[in-house]
Amino acid sequence: MADIGEPKVRGPEKPLKKGEAALIKTLIKHPMESGLRKSAEGEPIPAHYIETVTAEYGGATVAKATWSGAVSKNPFFSFYVKADKSGPVSVTWKDTKGQEWKEKVEIKVE
Amino acid sequence: MSIQSESALTRRKFLGAMGATGVVCVTAGLVAMPSLGQAADAPAAADAPAAAAPAPAPAAAVNMDEIIAKDLGPGKVALEKVKIDTPPKAENGALVRMPIAVDHPMEADNYISHLAIYVDDNPKPLVGMFEFTPASGKAEVEMRIKMAKASQVRAIAKSNKGNLYGAILKIEVAEGGCAG
Repeated sequence: MADIGEPKVRGPEKPLKKGEAALIKTLIKHPMESGLRKSAEGEPIPAHYIETVTAEYGGATVAKATWSGAVSKNPFFSFYVKADKSGPVSVTWKDTKGQEWKEKVEIKVE
Repeated sequence: MSIQSESALTRRKFLGAMGATGVVCVTAGLVAMPSLGQAADAPAAADAPAAAAPAPAPAAAVNMDEIIAKDLGPGKVALEKVKIDTPPKAENGALVRMPIAVDHPMEADNYISHLAIYVDDNPKPLVGMFEFTPASGKAEVEMRIKMAKASQVRAIAKSNKGNLYGAILKIEVAEGGCAG
């Protein structure tokens, strides 16, 4: 299970104006097995993919993604948060085996 | 409107980050945009209260209407406000960029609460469901999906008032992506 995890979250480096929408980009290593593929030996490969990605900022969930196994391997996901005050945007990934990863980025508001 | 210029700015920043290979993809996406905008105009007279208007959809789409109603609630989908900014021909089906933007206010009492992405020909068409709040600032996401073959892709957004907006795009796939 080498190629799994290492979550990354990036946000704007410059300070934002209050109320501005900040682009947050995320990336994580994950096989995203749909459960529909077979191995070279013809055995079905069990489903194993990230089901939810949740972003929290200022004590509230600001964006949530629920995925199927049709999302690409090593999934990229970007979304926006409305800048209110300086603080972390925390992202949590959860997969179908119950494994969980967390990463965050600090955004700065003028 | 400012949304246009803001997203252009973001795209430029993104380009800077992605280097030369990204330029090809993004340029193709920009070229594809105007035709999508025109196509979305056609059946947009959806504001009138639907008295008894069965959707004039082709046979294959009937099933999708049921799926959308189950996931997002009943109602006619107005083909406006939503943009799928993907080139109509994907070079690599393992990695089909899917940037989706909804041009709608994100205010306390008037915002986009859900955005669903479907690949019609998938065994399970729903690929991703996104949830937003007014604190999201923009109902705009990007993800990458796998496509084994050409299919119609649709993005359907739902407002907090239950209004449905959508975009439909046929995507060709040069090389299928579900095998690896």
